[in-house]
Amino acid sequence: MSDDQAPSFFARLLLAWVAYFRTIFDAEFAAGVVRLRDGQPALPPPKDEPEEAPKKKKKKKKKPKPAPVLKEAGPGAALQLLGLLQREGRFIDFMEEELADASDEDIGAAARVVHEGCKKALEEHFTIEPIHASEEGETVKVEEGYDAHSIRLTGNVVGEPPFEGELTHRGWKCSEVELPKMSEKHDPSILAPAEVELA
Amino acid sequence: MSDEASYAVGIDLGTTHCALSYVDLDLSEGEEVAQHTLAIPQVVTPGNIEGRELLPSFLYLPATGELGEGALTLPWDESPSFGVGEVARALGAKTPIRVVSSAKSWLCHGGVDRLAPILPSHAPDEVTKVSPLQASILYLEHLRDAWNDKHPDAPLDEQDVVITVPASFDPAARELTAEAARDAGLDNLVLLEEPQAALYSWIQGTDGTWRDQVEVGDVILVVDVGGGTTDLSLMAVSEREGALELHRVAVGDHILLGGDNMDLALAVSVRAKIEQESDKTLDAWQLGALTHACRAAKESLLGDPDLESVPIVVPSRGRKLIGGSIRSELTRAEVEQLLVEGFFPECASGDRPKHRARVGLTQLGLPYAQDAAVTRHLAAFLAKQLGATEDVEGFTPKLPEDATFLHPTAILFNGGVFESALLEERVAAQINAWLEADGGEPARVLEGGSLGLAVARGAAYYGYVRRGEGVRIRGGTAQAYYVGVEAAMPAVPGMEPPITAICIAPFGIEEGTRCEPAAQELGLVVGEPVSFRFFGSSVRRDDQVGTVLERWSADELEELPEIQATLPAEGKTPGDVVPVRLQAGVTEVGVLELEAIPREGDDRWKVELDVRAGETQ
Repeated sequence: MSDDQAPSFFARLLLAWVAYFRTIFDAEFAAGVVRLRDGQPALPPPKDEPEEAPKKKKKKKKKPKPAPVLKEAGPGAALQLLGLLQREGRFIDFMEEELADASDEDIGAAARVVHEGCKKALEEHFTIEPIHASEEGETVKVEEGYDAHSIRLTGNVVGEPPFEGELTHRGWKCSEVELPKMSEKHDPSILAPAEVELA
Repeated sequence: MSDEASYAVGIDLGTTHCALSYVDLDLSEGEEVAQHTLAIPQVVTPGNIEGRELLPSFLYLPATGELGEGALTLPWDESPSFGVGEVARALGAKTPIRVVSSAKSWLCHGGVDRLAPILPSHAPDEVTKVSPLQASILYLEHLRDAWNDKHPDAPLDEQDVVITVPASFDPAARELTAEAARDAGLDNLVLLEEPQAALYSWIQGTDGTWRDQVEVGDVILVVDVGGGTTDLSLMAVSEREGALELHRVAVGDHILLGGDNMDLALAVSVRAKIEQESDKTLDAWQLGALTHACRAAKESLLGDPDLESVPIVVPSRGRKLIGGSIRSELTRAEVEQLLVEGFFPECASGDRPKHRARVGLTQLGLPYAQDAAVTRHLAAFLAKQLGATEDVEGFTPKLPEDATFLHPTAILFNGGVFESALLEERVAAQINAWLEADGGEPARVLEGGSLGLAVARGAAYYGYVRRGEGVRIRGGTAQAYYVGVEAAMPAVPGMEPPITAICIAPFGIEEGTRCEPAAQELGLVVGEPVSFRFFGSSVRRDDQVGTVLERWSADELEELPEIQATLPAEGKTPGDVVPVRLQAGVTEVGVLELEAIPREGDDRWKVELDVRAGETQ
């Protein structure tokens, strides 16, 4: 697999997530995983085709250009993160509030709760660091062969690298994700349970 | 010690949290130690499991159907009927009647039956309760299962396990801790005092240079202020055959006073301010949230000298965050007033903790320290232990002739409270002020302790050095023990017969040794439990087995829960009195053991430390 086809970290996380459940619940899929683990192609050779099948395939011409595969993130991890932000930082409560009539002072007080809690949740579960080490506003060099995923050129984008330009944003990169594991029966779509206090 | 062990495991079974650290024995040699901390899987909120270095020492006992299916599922248990760790603390903040906390303090509470289901202490009858011992077993079982889940090939019961206890734990509390561990299946077990564990952790952290940082004649004071307790110990540095030796020469009283009290004090003060300024009142959950916010604010204020105040917001319980939250602030002046002056006030070395008269004879709650001033407890400890280093071999004291208290030459701080440098500085400055007034040299602070996990790390390191790989702290029992016997004299109406105390175990018995039985005989009644009063002394270092004390000062002897023996009736006439002698020893685990030996025959009967005081009669 060439570099530009390697899935991003989040895509891999999602893939692992989906693969995990499919391995458990989908016997055929699991068989494919076993073959992959053993270093074979994931799909079994078609039973009715002779051994020379691969050679024949090579001769076939003009395969139509395959439709690009678009990834779809499953809801599990996203819901879990929302639940986490609500629990630690009252994120949903804050977003669902009407700000129009509230004073800045009250909003500020609430923002402290949200900021402190969400920061804690982020720090506990994600390792986030800036992509570029230089300070914003400094002139930086973009070398040949730079990674276009992590550095976005803006403005007068012409010519060939190396480029020189002003760093307007350092960027963020998540190098590690560690979300809580969930019990099988846990429903992550419950972001916060309703609470009823008994007197 | 087990020959099959691959790991030396240290467990900090703390009042507010537990931690587990381990040394890989195969990969360690000399001072190159391969050490790790276990990320302990635990439910953090119903259905969500995370591995964390600290396991909060909380147990939640849910009502039937209170939590959904799978809410408490752990990697090793599909549906536990209780929650341990973070989830217990979180749920308990909103439903306090179902959460067990501070089980360790109850384990050492001589006034209650520690085997009876009494926790949670304020729960209504409908709530299933557990005993302080059971709670400790459940915490240890959680740690065991977490370990076994990660090390299926090296189960915990085959490893060398060191569990820490406060230095001030009495013999019964140590015995109960060992019993909890045995119940959890941990047989290769030794107990280690927490301040010693802290010192081991420091020694390990110096990478072998500790020998250059201390010298013969040093007296190291370990001040360990954890979440729930303050634990004090003194270690003397001596020399034998050219090598430095460490002796733990004294331990302090059991003081139920810790960081949690300090955070609560701040929260209560801010609550008073909020309730005065507005007509809002805070419920128990909000006070908990406020305590949490105050702890964070305290750390900011004590960590940054330029900060004058930190805003505090207590979120509403309902969804309305804006307008529903309560705002206040914590100022530097308040923190200094409440914490520094409240818990670490300046005092003279002659000051003593204040005692309030007890209300009523029995106490249902925990016997918290009556004086919150750590400095005054410290002053009392150092004065009481003036003679602590007199008998240490190879020790050259630096103490001036007319000293009024034992002069520490070095201080090691441990416990989360000392995350704030200000409090550390205050205690060090206070001790140095006493030293200066008493004609001594200032003490230095031993740097480099890792406060939060030091005890667990030190315990694992101790498990490693026990195998012969480094320096060991010598100590033995930190008390001499006495049995109380009524003097034989004519009864005087209205006067209790005086008690004499017979020493049955001298100071400093090391693990795995037995004393000679005391020559004095006591009468046991066949078939009936017979109790004796039991005393400990942390200052009478010269008494030998059989020494008889007719009178003593209140400072010298402390009464402990009674000891009790029952002679089986087999082959004897019930009601007969059999003369026995008492023999004491300390097991390999580190637990005091008492046996009754009759004049004739080879029988031996175990004499139990009474852990059931306060039992309903």
